[in-house]
Amino acid sequence: MGEALRWTRVNLFGSVPSALVTLIAAYLVVRGLWGFAGWALVHAVWHASNGRACIAASGGDGACWAFLGVWGRFILFGRYPYEQDWRPLLVIVVFVALLLASCDRRLWGRWLALLWLAGIAANLVLMLGGVFGLAFVPTDFWSGLPLTLILAIVGLAAAFPLAILLALGRRSELPAVRALSVAYIELIRGVPLITVLFMASVMLPLFLPEGTTIDKLLRAQAGFILFYAAYLAEVVRGGLQAMPAGQYEAADALGLGYWRKMRLIILPQALQISIPALVNIFIAGFKDTTLVTIIGLFDLISTASNAITDPSWRGFYIEAYSFIGAIYFGFCFFMSRYSGALEASLRRGRR
Amino acid sequence: MNDQAPMIELRHVHKWYGTYHALKDVSLTVNRGERVVVCGPSGSGKSTMIRCINRLEPHEEGQIVVDGIELTDDARQIAAIRAEVGMVFQQFNLFPHLTVLENLVLAPVWVRRMKRAEAEELAMHFLERVRIPEQAQKYPGELSGGQQQRVAIARALTMRPQVMLFDEPTSALDPEMIKEVLDVMVELAKDGMTMICVTHEMGFARTVADAMVFMDAGEIVERAPPEKFFAAPESERARQFLSRILSH
Repeated sequence: MGEALRWTRVNLFGSVPSALVTLIAAYLVVRGLWGFAGWALVHAVWHASNGRACIAASGGDGACWAFLGVWGRFILFGRYPYEQDWRPLLVIVVFVALLLASCDRRLWGRWLALLWLAGIAANLVLMLGGVFGLAFVPTDFWSGLPLTLILAIVGLAAAFPLAILLALGRRSELPAVRALSVAYIELIRGVPLITVLFMASVMLPLFLPEGTTIDKLLRAQAGFILFYAAYLAEVVRGGLQAMPAGQYEAADALGLGYWRKMRLIILPQALQISIPALVNIFIAGFKDTTLVTIIGLFDLISTASNAITDPSWRGFYIEAYSFIGAIYFGFCFFMSRYSGALEASLRRGRR
Repeated sequence: MNDQAPMIELRHVHKWYGTYHALKDVSLTVNRGERVVVCGPSGSGKSTMIRCINRLEPHEEGQIVVDGIELTDDARQIAAIRAEVGMVFQQFNLFPHLTVLENLVLAPVWVRRMKRAEAEELAMHFLERVRIPEQAQKYPGELSGGQQQRVAIARALTMRPQVMLFDEPTSALDPEMIKEVLDVMVELAKDGMTMICVTHEMGFARTVADAMVFMDAGEIVERAPPEKFFAAPESERARQFLSRILSH
C-alpha cells in the first residue's frame, strides 16, 4: 500500500503540470466510464417486445440489449438452419478449445498440430453435414461467427506453411525457385485483398471450363490463403535474415541436410524472433475476413448489418456493432496477450 | 580406407572472394593422427583454408580430398565429409534454443540415425570428457564462454569424427577460461585425434603440434616441426610474425 502511494506520488503527481494532467485525465476517464456504464447497464433495457417499446422503456438514454435477445442468435449463426444451431455452436466451442489448448506449452508438439488438423476437419464436417446422419447444409448458408472463424483460422493455418516455403524459396540458392518466390510475393503484395477476393469470386469462374463450378466460400478462402501467405512470407524472411550465419554454419558442419537444418535449427529461432510481427499479421488477417462481405459471404459483419434492418427493431446500430465489436476484440486481445506470454516463456532460460 | 593414405590433402587450392585472392595455391597434407597448428597474421587465409575442408566455403581451383573422398559440388559427398569432420568455431555457435544435451544429441540422432537413448548416453560420455556433465539440462546462454566452448567440442565429438578442425577456439574467451578449453584440446590430441587448429596459443602449439603451418597473404609460407619453427623459422615473414606475438 505504501509502495502504491509512493508510486502514485512519483509518477502521477511528481510536479504541478504532471498533477494537472493526471487530474484532467482522471476526470475524462471517470466521466467516460460513468457515461458508458449508465448507457450499457443502468439505463439499459433487457426485455422488450419490439424496438419502439424498448426505446420508450430506456427513455433513449440506455442500451437496448433486448435487441440482442431477439437478434443475437442470428448475428452469431446467420442463415444456418435454425434447428441445426448446435452445430455452429459446437464449431465455435471446438475452435475456442483448440486456441486455449495451444496456450499450454506442455501440449506443444507434433500432436497439438494433429489435434488442430483433426479439429478443423471435424468442424468442416460439422458445418457441411451430409454424413453421420447430419443434414447437409451448403456453404451458402454458413454465416456469422463460425464463417468468420473458419475463414480466419483455416486461412491463416494454411497460409503459414505456404509462407515458410515462400520465405525459404526467396532465400534459396536455386535461381528458378528464388525468382518464382519473389514474383509471387511481389505480385500478391502489390494487389489489395479486396481485388484478390473479387478475382476469386468474379473473374475465376469466367476462366473455368463451362459447367465446372467451385464453391464460392472455397474460392474466397483460397484467395485469402494466397494473399496472407505472401505477407507472412515476408515476416518469416525477416526472421531468417536476423539469424547469425554461425547457426547455419554449425548446422552444416554437423552434416545436417538443408531441410533438417531449417526445421531443427533455423526456423525455431527465426519464427521466435518473428512472433510480434507474425501476430500483427494474424490480427490484421482476422479482421480482414470482414472484407468477404463485399463478395456476398455472410460473415459476422453481414449478419449484424442485416439484423438491424428488421422493421420492428430498426436502427440498433450501436447495440449490434458493440456486440460484434466485443467478439472481435475478444479474439484479437487474446492473440495479442498470448503472443506476449509466448515470447516471455520462450525467452526464459535463454540469453 | 587405406590407413597409409593421408587424412586430408589439399592440392593447389585457390579461392577468390570477388577479385580478392584469398587462397593462393595452397597445398597441405595431414596424415592420420597428425596434429597441425596453423598460425599467421589476421587476414592470411587460415580460417578460410580450414573452412574449405568441410565446404563451409567452396574453393574455386585445385583439389581437396578428405579421407579418400574428393570435395565436389555433389551434396552427398559434402554430407559424407561433414559427418567425418568435426568443427569448433571461434563463436561456439551452439544452438541457443536447445539445451546442452539436445545440442549434443541432435546430429547423432538426425545424421547418424542413432536411437535417442543411445545418443544421450554418448552425449553424457562426452560431456564427462569435457568435464561438464552437470550442465546437461541447461541452455547455452546460462553457461560461461569456456563452458560453452567445451560443449561445442563435445558436440562435434558426438559424431565420432575422423578429424577435428578448430577455428580460433579460444579467441573469443576471457583469459581465465582459455586454459580449460586448451586442456580439453590437449587431451584430445593425446588420444590420437587428427587435428587442425588455427590458433594464436603458441604454448598449446608447442605442446601438441606435430607440424606448424605459417600462412601469410593467402599462401602457406612455411611448414616445419614446432621445435624448428619456434627456434629458427626459415622465412622472414614468419620471423616477424613470431617476434610480434611472442614479445608481449
